[in-house]
Amino acid sequence: MKYSSLIIANLFRKKIRLTLTLGSFFVALFLFGMLAAIRGAFNQGVDVAGADRLVVINRTSLISPVPLSYMDKIHQIKGVKLITHMNWFGGVYQDPSKFFPKFAINVENQRQVYPELQVSDDEWNNFAKDRQGAVVGASLAKRFGWKVGDRIPIKGDIFPGNWEFNIDAIYQGKDSQQDETQMWFQWDYFQERVPERLKGLVGWYTLRVDNPDDAGRIAREIDNKFDNSSYETKTETEKSFATGFVKQLGNIQFLIITIGSVVFFTLLLITGNTMAIAVRERTGELAVLKAVGFSDRFVLLFVMAESLLISLIGGGLGIVAAKVIAAWRNPVPNVLPFFKVPNTALFMGFALALTVGLISGIIPAIGAMRLRVVDALRRV
Amino acid sequence: MVRVDGSGSASSLIHVRGLDKKYYRGGEEIHVLQGLNLDVDQGDFVAFMGPSGSGKTTLLNLLGGLDVPSAGSITVAGDEITHMSRGKLTEWRARHVGFIFQMYNLIPVLTAFQNVELPLLLTKLSKAQRREHVETALAVVGLSDRMHHFPRQLSGGQEQRVTIARAVVSDPTFLLCDEPTGDLDRKSADDIMALILTLVKQYKKTVLMVTHDPQVAERADVTLHLNKGALVEASRVEGAMSGGAR
Repeated sequence: MKYSSLIIANLFRKKIRLTLTLGSFFVALFLFGMLAAIRGAFNQGVDVAGADRLVVINRTSLISPVPLSYMDKIHQIKGVKLITHMNWFGGVYQDPSKFFPKFAINVENQRQVYPELQVSDDEWNNFAKDRQGAVVGASLAKRFGWKVGDRIPIKGDIFPGNWEFNIDAIYQGKDSQQDETQMWFQWDYFQERVPERLKGLVGWYTLRVDNPDDAGRIAREIDNKFDNSSYETKTETEKSFATGFVKQLGNIQFLIITIGSVVFFTLLLITGNTMAIAVRERTGELAVLKAVGFSDRFVLLFVMAESLLISLIGGGLGIVAAKVIAAWRNPVPNVLPFFKVPNTALFMGFALALTVGLISGIIPAIGAMRLRVVDALRRV
Repeated sequence: MVRVDGSGSASSLIHVRGLDKKYYRGGEEIHVLQGLNLDVDQGDFVAFMGPSGSGKTTLLNLLGGLDVPSAGSITVAGDEITHMSRGKLTEWRARHVGFIFQMYNLIPVLTAFQNVELPLLLTKLSKAQRREHVETALAVVGLSDRMHHFPRQLSGGQEQRVTIARAVVSDPTFLLCDEPTGDLDRKSADDIMALILTLVKQYKKTVLMVTHDPQVAERADVTLHLNKGALVEASRVEGAMSGGAR
């Protein structure tokens, strides 16, 4: 503590330079936080995927349907506990910018297959009885100010026409990781209005198995069962399915790592240069410190402390700002409904700032530590 | 009593024997100090004079443990410093040496108070004790009313006073002054020399000073001339103890 005034006084020696260096850390770590939020948004489905859930889709592609008649056949396979199905609906609420995912669901088993998305029994029963009923996620309801009893119009695009739904229930995720931005409605209502060629077809099945260890066997059995049929299937774990879905959008992980690396090395160069200049400017002063009895180790730590303080203050403010802003308001609710800076990214951000501070400070600090008083004073 | 002929006893405060210092510059050996002997007692005020390159500052650096000799020994208050490690020398400097530089070498971002406090940060003194010491040191140099000023807000003479306060605040065994008035006008130089004399006479400090200025040198008890690395002449100021020659 007794050295703090010395460290702080040196930190504020060049205020503009300090501000700019702090600013570069702030911007870099803010960017890191936002990228982590984007990555989290894309991987949210992967992160929350149930280990005991499998997804059955048409082998051709996700957008090709599979017959409803497969449901019982799949359910009969040993180890399959529950099964439900869903269809992607599309549709526009008010205007295309107000996008949210809408699914036609199987009312019977939806809650059992997705127990982490919780709805009260009363509301669910009302929904089950209402052919035009809908269940919406809590954050979606909050976004549009909806409440149970509201009637919402959706303009169909994949499935044309004006569709109307009654909000009968609002589901809540059991934790903050869950997606609360979906809307579900009855598959029976959907079936009434789809073209004849699409009747009796579902988008995909999701099933729960008794034992996750059997997932591989069950997936093989399902796909073997429908081999050489008109609708061959591809069965995979929900995690694998979600990962594949994200990959269709490009390698987000690679993108983030690449941008992060560029930011990291740029910061390293900026801070390293700043620290080298700062030490060079203070050669005489460091020599005086040594002359009056400050040890080489103290001088090393003194320079390192300055570097670490800059990186931790600038970087810390940047990553915390990203966290606060992402929590306060999602800047892209239509594109990425789940937009949060995860706590792991917060810690990683601090670790990154710490690493840059350490690496950029260490060379100037060693130079300062090795400084010979006699040589340094001669240069003054 | 100051001696340069090697006749002093080992009980001298500063006891230097056979001091050699060589540099290699561009492949050429430069023998800066050659077999130098010196004995300085507690309370002596010694001035070193000589032409540029004669080795005055080198001698001061060696005596202050900032540099190591090529041969010979330096013993200060019983501590043989020539074989100390870098770390030990640093600790030794903190306890025994106060430096006063020509260019003051104050830390510009610290106030006069904080600059003077620097050597005390290495001690176990409490904050209140440090404050007391710093205020006393600044009072001795006559800068009690400038303790919260930064170096840029002080004149050259005042900056040098702060340097002197920093040098004495930890009550070192001796003071090393390298051209302490070299960057000052005559009036300020006289003031600084008066202050150094006060430290010697009133506070019994031992002072070793390098200077080019004969007027400054004559304020010392003894002036030693360095020429080509050797102490070739010693001029004793008679009556130094009585103060009559000042």
